[in-house]
Amino acid sequence: MYYLWVFLIGGFICMLGQVLIIKTNITSARILVTFVLIGVFLEAIGVFDYISEFAKAGINVPIIGFGASLAKGAISAVKSKGLIGVFTGGLEATAGGIAAAVGFAFLFGLIFKARTKK
Amino acid sequence: MDRKKRDQAYNKYVNAKIPKTRPWPSLFNSFWVGGVICCLGQGINDLILLWFPQMAEQSAWGYTLIVLIFFASFLTGIGVYDKIGKFAGGGSIVPITGFSNSISSAALEFKNEGIIYGMCVKMFTIAGPVIVVGVVASIVVGIIYLFI
Repeated sequence: MYYLWVFLIGGFICMLGQVLIIKTNITSARILVTFVLIGVFLEAIGVFDYISEFAKAGINVPIIGFGASLAKGAISAVKSKGLIGVFTGGLEATAGGIAAAVGFAFLFGLIFKARTKK
Repeated sequence: MDRKKRDQAYNKYVNAKIPKTRPWPSLFNSFWVGGVICCLGQGINDLILLWFPQMAEQSAWGYTLIVLIFFASFLTGIGVYDKIGKFAGGGSIVPITGFSNSISSAALEFKNEGIIYGMCVKMFTIAGPVIVVGVVASIVVGIIYLFI
């Protein structure tokens, strides 16, 4: 039954993005930045885990989850390693996602041809 | 013609030319497409945990996101994701698949300017700011948690 929550919350977050697009004609880079910052903020004040408990993929799949794991990585690295964690934590936690995105983009960029826009 | 009048005329012309997204259908489309992508993510996550029950929840999410990123990148390569994007707007940008799409589509688009200076440099035109802002924000959060 939790798929309903996933659908509703995930859909709602994406709809917020669309509201931003309609209201402000904002570019997609700015939307992504905004939502990453929301994620970092939610994790920093400790709210994210409570939402994630019932929203599951509904909040982890939107880019908010990416921001949250950046903050989560930084927080846990600071707690376990001290000062060096400030710099290693964030990227360590999100390295998988970034490396996958870059790696697959490179691979498919080599394989496929760009479509000419008509 | 004085400047103000000319600017007004120009703005009017621009406003007439930019494509209008009709608000209500686009909101509805972004809602259900975004919801479906999140449900797909949940499905992948459940399958991973079903096949590897001993896996930690955190790494299961890592795999889930990588699978989603893979499919988004592939769909961008064959030109399907842009069609979804045109239809769903925010529904295709806000999920992690949109992040993947922003890198892949930039890589494809600038491929003909060369591998290094085209593809590798321009790959990050959209994703670069996301990573920069995210990393800076995580450093700030780390510093705050260092002192409390």
